[in-house]
Amino acid sequence: MTYVAKPKLHHPTLPQNSLCYTRRDYEGKISTLCAGCGHDSISAAIIQACWELAVEPHRIAKLSGIGCSSKTPDYFLGQSHGFNTVHGRMPSVLTGANLANRDLLYLGVSGDGDSASIGIGQFVHAIRRGVNMVYIVENNGVYGLTKGQFSATADQGSTSKRGVVNADSPIDMVGLALQLGATYVGRSFSGDKQQLVPLIKGAIAHRGAAFLDVISPCVAFNNHAGSTKSYEYVRAHNDAVNRLDVIPTREEIAVDYGEGELVEVEQHDGSVLRLRKLDAGYDPRDRIAAMNIVQQRQAQGEVVTGLLYVDAESEDLHAHLSTDARPFNTLGARELSPGAAVLDKINASLR
Amino acid sequence: MRPTDIRVPDYFHKVVDCQWACPAHTPVPEYIRLIAAGRYADAYMVNWKSNVFPGVLGRTCDRPCEPACRRGRVEENNGDKPEPVAICRLKRVAADNKGDVAARMPKRGAPNGRRVACIGAGPASLTVARDLAPLGYHVVVFDGEAKAGGFIRQQIPRFRLPESVIDEETGYILDLGVEFRAGERIDSLKALLAQGYDAIFVGCGAPRGRDLDLPGRAEAAANIHIGIDWLASVSFGHIDAIGRRVIVLGGGNTAMDCCRSARRLGGTDVKVLVRSGFDEMKASPWEKEDAQHEGIPILDYHVPKAFVHEDGRLVAMRFERVRAERDAKGRRQLVPTGEPDVVVECDDVLIAVGQENAFPWIERDAGLAFDEWNMPVVDKTTMQSSLPHVFFGGDAAFGPKNIIWAVAHGHDAAVSIDKLLNGEDVSERPPPTVNVLSQKMGIHEWSYDNEVSPEDRHKVPWAASETTLASIKVEVELGFDPATAWKETQRCLNCDVQTVFTDKVCIECDACVDICPMDCISFTANGEESQLRQHLTAPALNLTQDLYVSGELKTGRVMVKDEDVCLHCGLCAERCPTGAWDMHKYLIDLTQAGPSCRGKSARKEAA
Repeated sequence: MTYVAKPKLHHPTLPQNSLCYTRRDYEGKISTLCAGCGHDSISAAIIQACWELAVEPHRIAKLSGIGCSSKTPDYFLGQSHGFNTVHGRMPSVLTGANLANRDLLYLGVSGDGDSASIGIGQFVHAIRRGVNMVYIVENNGVYGLTKGQFSATADQGSTSKRGVVNADSPIDMVGLALQLGATYVGRSFSGDKQQLVPLIKGAIAHRGAAFLDVISPCVAFNNHAGSTKSYEYVRAHNDAVNRLDVIPTREEIAVDYGEGELVEVEQHDGSVLRLRKLDAGYDPRDRIAAMNIVQQRQAQGEVVTGLLYVDAESEDLHAHLSTDARPFNTLGARELSPGAAVLDKINASLR
Repeated sequence: MRPTDIRVPDYFHKVVDCQWACPAHTPVPEYIRLIAAGRYADAYMVNWKSNVFPGVLGRTCDRPCEPACRRGRVEENNGDKPEPVAICRLKRVAADNKGDVAARMPKRGAPNGRRVACIGAGPASLTVARDLAPLGYHVVVFDGEAKAGGFIRQQIPRFRLPESVIDEETGYILDLGVEFRAGERIDSLKALLAQGYDAIFVGCGAPRGRDLDLPGRAEAAANIHIGIDWLASVSFGHIDAIGRRVIVLGGGNTAMDCCRSARRLGGTDVKVLVRSGFDEMKASPWEKEDAQHEGIPILDYHVPKAFVHEDGRLVAMRFERVRAERDAKGRRQLVPTGEPDVVVECDDVLIAVGQENAFPWIERDAGLAFDEWNMPVVDKTTMQSSLPHVFFGGDAAFGPKNIIWAVAHGHDAAVSIDKLLNGEDVSERPPPTVNVLSQKMGIHEWSYDNEVSPEDRHKVPWAASETTLASIKVEVELGFDPATAWKETQRCLNCDVQTVFTDKVCIECDACVDICPMDCISFTANGEESQLRQHLTAPALNLTQDLYVSGELKTGRVMVKDEDVCLHCGLCAERCPTGAWDMHKYLIDLTQAGPSCRGKSARKEAA
């Protein structure tokens, strides 16, 4: 951390978005994480994505649990709503909030400990139910706050800073999310904002459970030789399957692409995910194939990144439950509590 | 682009915009930090070493440092009005609060048997004397007046600069064993050459004010005065009154001094009339402000045509109205508007339309080469004339400039004289001394105050205008009090504390890019400078500011930092996990006359 606040002064040419906000207006407090932490880069990417999409800050709710990653919502979107839950319980609080007010944009920020260990039960059900949210796991494979024990996502055979070999097999968050029915699944790396920012933008535009596994090196405890979550290792093994551009509406393609090089996916809000294929055999619209390729490459020791799966026809929890289209705070007392007579009627219908 | 070689002293010197812009290269951030620490005497001595007259300059300098100040650029689009740090007025704070510094002054050196004559006792000559006397040179300063100071004493009005300050600061120099020959005006270079001085320095200023040869000039001569001569007469107390209605002609700082002086000597209706537009006037913006603050109107685009007189007495002046137009080649020209001439009634006119050099006392067969404009040929770096042991400086060298340029010339000439008289080549100039020191004290602790103050520039308080306009001797500006001065020091960005990047240890984690408040830092593929400048985190459009480019990093990219609007807040270094960024103070001092300005063998001998 630093002792001085980040000066309010900004570059004289700093641009504004359509809301007349600069990128700096989407910042939060100064980070108290260790210098060089990947999480800070993810915070910067979230700030950049929200600024580029001109999201109104008061339309966002950021929720997190406990851990280094779960501290980060304090460091971005200082003008947005926030909720710090009990360890691992962010998904249920987010689900509840979403049911109460479906109009907000829900940003769940969690870590590998919060989501793959103590909160794994919560994680799987929020994904399974298709809660409309952006769920970001800042994955560093290590318990940083307790000084460097392996987390549940640490790869088998990787070593700790002190040289201990991890014997347990890892939980693959991407594999889980694909299997559980997440409708937008991506993986990225905190050190590659060019890839990460569009993935976050696409996730924000997506309806349904959008999950991003972002590998985020822990400089203090997991950035050594033998780690598979270090800057150097991820750069050396990064296997990006595509490059994503998020464009507000379908428009002419200015650049010439060869046959089969480009995939376009239109989302429910009209925005278009334009994917430039880096891997000719990869189609992110095919869930089974995506699961296979991700597993195959991982077995080869590669870190597959990019937009791995997207379902353009996705639905969310509200559609599943046929809830009212309006958030609770716009409903009147009579609608929220229709009285004993209505209750009797419902009970009678179930007898 | 090739990696930046930060070992070249000029690279980081340029980043310290104020110091780079100062002709005498005063280490500004260094003394501002000392003022912040309340070490006024130390701050004064840092100044004194570089610019010799901190008390005088803290009130009267042309401040080339302030337009250059980075603070002015970083405040752009960040508030109402971008303004530089009040560098000049902070200098005055050091001078006002320093206490007794006599014991800190150098002592006269053991005589080395060399004699140097300085012509004129203005800032250039006194600087030469200050630099050479402690080395053992016997310096003789000639001046036609009774007291030393030259322009400083004669032309700067007392309400801007009290005489006590001049006495003090010229005194420090004369106390070094300098022989001051008051009242001895040199009227023959040949005669002086014949006296066998080892070196002669000409620092006699630009003593002739330009006149305006217009109809009526001769007839109304009694009430028409040349500005600088009139100011000198006022300074010496020969003149203590002027007519009620006064016209001042000219748009420079002398015109501003003339109108404000006239205002204090009985001129209740004083006007400045200037040929050019208001914005093109040569006077410093703050001097124009000061004049207007005293109720003096400045009428621009008025070209003087004639002095109107009746019965041998000046009654008015006639002006032609003009406007600025660009000709086919894009040059600005003043063309008549066609409106009828303007007649302005007046009792006195002060002409302040420029100064010119005149060397009637240099015989053209003295061996000195003159150029096509009848000016002596002087080398811009060594200040040497075509006679190897005759040097020029100040306004005498290249025409009217200002005090701080005179001081800079004096230092350069002193170095040349010292080298010449030690048998060295004067054209080989000494490099500056650079002292590099990491400022890191702990994980997040620096030995400089890296917090950036958000405050706007503070105004210097003025004495009440009833008292200042009543007497020409009452100083108008009161100077900062220590509390305000401290606040103003905090606006300084410490540009001499440099961001130093070590590419070998960088892990490209982006932490510095994310934290930098000014978007100065980028990691990108290398390319040509013009192309790189467009594709950084923020475009680097100020071409006067360099890009700091690293060697190739592990991913094949390079780090590029745009120096333009860096706050030197050190956050990049605080957020850097590997120490690839560090904050190093580069204290750059110009080498002055003495063993260190000489060749290697002389430096070794001295050591």
